[in-house]
Amino acid sequence: MTDDLNWAIGGEAGDGIDSTGKIFAQALSRAGRHVFTSKDFASRIRGGYTAYKIRTAVDPVQSVVDRLDILIALTQRTVDENMDELHEGSVIVYDGERTTMQDLEIPEGMIGLDVPLKRLAEEAGGAIMRNVVALGAACEVAGFPVEYLDEALEKRFGEKGEAIVSNNREAARLGQEHVAEEYGEVGDYSLECTDEDYVLLNGDEAIGMGAIAAGCRFYAGYPITPATDVMEYLTGRIEEYGGAVIQAEDELSAINLTLGAARAGARAMTATSGPGIDLMAETFGLVATTETPMVICDVMRSGPSTGMPTKQEQGDLNMLLYGGHGEIPRFVVAPTTVSECFWKTVEAFNLAEKYQTPVYLVSDLSLAVTEQTFPPEEFDMDAVEVDRGNLVDAEAIEEWQNEKGQFTPHAATEDGISPRTLPGTPGGAHMTTGLEHDELGRRTEDTDVRVEQVDKRQRKVETAREREDWSYREFGDPDSDALVLSWGSNEGAMREAMAFLEEEDISVRFLSVPYLFPRTDLSDAVEDAEDVIVVECNATGQFADLVEHDTLTRVKRVNKYDGVRFKADELAREIKEALAEGTEVTA
Amino acid sequence: MSSDVRFTDFKSDKQPTWCPGCGDFGTMNGMMKALANTGNHPDDTFVVAGIGCSGKIGTYMHSYALHGVHGRALPVGIGVKAANPDLEVMVAGGDGDGYSIGAGHFVHAVRRNMDMTYVVMDNRIYGLTKGQFSPTSREDFETATSPDGTNQQPVNPLALAMAAGGTFIAQSFSSDAQRHTQIVQEAIEHDGFGFVNVYSPCVTFNDVDTYDYFRDSLVDVGEDEDYDPTDPDQAEEVILDGEKEYQGVIYRDPDSRDYGERMGLTENMADIPDGAPENAMDLVREFY
Repeated sequence: MTDDLNWAIGGEAGDGIDSTGKIFAQALSRAGRHVFTSKDFASRIRGGYTAYKIRTAVDPVQSVVDRLDILIALTQRTVDENMDELHEGSVIVYDGERTTMQDLEIPEGMIGLDVPLKRLAEEAGGAIMRNVVALGAACEVAGFPVEYLDEALEKRFGEKGEAIVSNNREAARLGQEHVAEEYGEVGDYSLECTDEDYVLLNGDEAIGMGAIAAGCRFYAGYPITPATDVMEYLTGRIEEYGGAVIQAEDELSAINLTLGAARAGARAMTATSGPGIDLMAETFGLVATTETPMVICDVMRSGPSTGMPTKQEQGDLNMLLYGGHGEIPRFVVAPTTVSECFWKTVEAFNLAEKYQTPVYLVSDLSLAVTEQTFPPEEFDMDAVEVDRGNLVDAEAIEEWQNEKGQFTPHAATEDGISPRTLPGTPGGAHMTTGLEHDELGRRTEDTDVRVEQVDKRQRKVETAREREDWSYREFGDPDSDALVLSWGSNEGAMREAMAFLEEEDISVRFLSVPYLFPRTDLSDAVEDAEDVIVVECNATGQFADLVEHDTLTRVKRVNKYDGVRFKADELAREIKEALAEGTEVTA
Repeated sequence: MSSDVRFTDFKSDKQPTWCPGCGDFGTMNGMMKALANTGNHPDDTFVVAGIGCSGKIGTYMHSYALHGVHGRALPVGIGVKAANPDLEVMVAGGDGDGYSIGAGHFVHAVRRNMDMTYVVMDNRIYGLTKGQFSPTSREDFETATSPDGTNQQPVNPLALAMAAGGTFIAQSFSSDAQRHTQIVQEAIEHDGFGFVNVYSPCVTFNDVDTYDYFRDSLVDVGEDEDYDPTDPDQAEEVILDGEKEYQGVIYRDPDSRDYGERMGLTENMADIPDGAPENAMDLVREFY
């Protein structure tokens, strides 16, 4: 895979690493190349190592690998942090005129390109553009036409005026020319460009866009890594569609604001990460028992407690399935790719309204911070359907009134789905409460009514189980004896791991499971397999426990909880090892 | 909204289980009258109730209503109003709900100044859990959980509201039916967050802050010709006066602009198309 290039820029937080990386990713995307990015970052505004990594190829890319070909290192630590991924022939671009970089030792077998980033940037109009000089240098090394940077620079700096844009373009060219003149041909990269036109977005943005597409008009949230991008995406956009974002004083408020908007009839959402889900747990039960449609997005990060806020983990599954006192009907849906973040958000809103049940939309840090390219048709807005469920208007309201003319918001229907009427609808006034209630929504402790209401809420889940499609996404060899199961963002890494495994003649059947509750019956697949391996980013194997529970079969576990997502080549090794031996494997 | 709405239209057919003589009866009657007097209709009204004796109000009134979790009634009310500004939103709760577990939301709701009404039934005791001190209980108030007094300052709700930038700060007494109704009515009509702390005595567990106590000690700022509720200095003096109890509209900001207006919230967010919005592909193109 010579055309498969792994590129990174690293330095200190505050060095503009993120925006520089994004500019290069956009340039690659403009050139019709696929891009998959990842970030190493710390939870601080300035200081600390941070890096933006890009994997690019002409074919779709969906994972990071343990390999780095070109590295722009603004600090010594950037080199140190990436020693495992750097290899013979890797190119390291650095500014030897920087006092802290004068003594940089280029590891043996690698190529160091000393480029006076700051000096050339000043020549172009200002030291602030030194990262862009580095981008130009990287273009030359990669054999990538520097012109593709122009559009990305326009997008990034256009608002600041034409002069800034053209200065940046000049800075890029100075970097490129410097490498060409001083070093001639470095390595043998020549990135192919195509006529394809891709869009580049991350999982949080895909969730935000999915929400607007689905008719979500109200969002309330409290800033928390890595969910904040959902709120920032919606702010300034949802208003264009008649909606609003409210930044709440805390997560307790966020979910209750969302609940209010949902009771008023808006499609409403809040997004947070694990600590916020903890705080929302009490109201979650209220949402479910009052049968209020709502989407609650958990962009998981490493826990427990404050954990590692900028690191990957899939440790919230048990809480999402079981969290909250009492027995709470719910749906738990976990998109497995960035584009699925869009589609599962749309689906979550439909599930919420059709079954008047809260939906946990579960993403994770890896999806949230990964910028990935897609053909725009991947987000075909004409394919978005909005199903509002059993909404009752003024004409139909009589059907759902009791003999005293009172509306019955919790009518115990056969399929469990009650009528729903929105405030302002004549004849529909009713209350509802977190206390156990009767069909009218009024408090009761009557034993028969209690059982009737519990049953009817459960019945909705059963109805959904029958009516909806809860299938998994299947890849690989359907006849293989080796079955790999995973959920959430591991899909991309696993699909690429399968290519590595195939090179060694190992074929597997891979099922990527987006529905955690209700979930697909995996019994047949598990029974048909000799080896069952469950891959997930947590220590205890929460999904593996579910599979064992559902299928009464022991599974092998591949777990990772060091805060870093699976890389395709690493995962391939883990799978191979798991197939060869043992019942418990830990990365 | 029809003009022939009577206050009894806001009454449900459920009989209250409040103790005979509870202040909440009067508080609720005043709320229903104020809603009717201001031309509201149960089908266009949303009541959010907190937890506690006061929280039962959602059951005894007739309107669209939600009885939520303890302390979080205000955010629910703000969410309702944001999503559908045509609704009249009234939030009701007790002193525990509003000033203890929900104190954080109270401060932020005041700051936001959403056009809604917040009625707090303040009885200075936890009644439903059978007699523990509340955030407004006096320092020397003896209860099951404060045998030697609470050993802490009571909260001054009006001062809290003033400090948070409140635009309508009022106090009333549940048994002064006419004044109470009038004050809640003004809160409803206020363009912003209308906050009314209502002295609503608990006849079972509080033998200090009784009907007789309030009747004897209440001073009505409305009866003072020189009192100007739009003057923050006068309001501050009344609010910080620890010697007396006051009722009336203590402070009103005539320039109040509500949050909905400032946020540009005018549409009913419930109205959406059956598919993606017409120009939704623009969102995708942004990512080129």
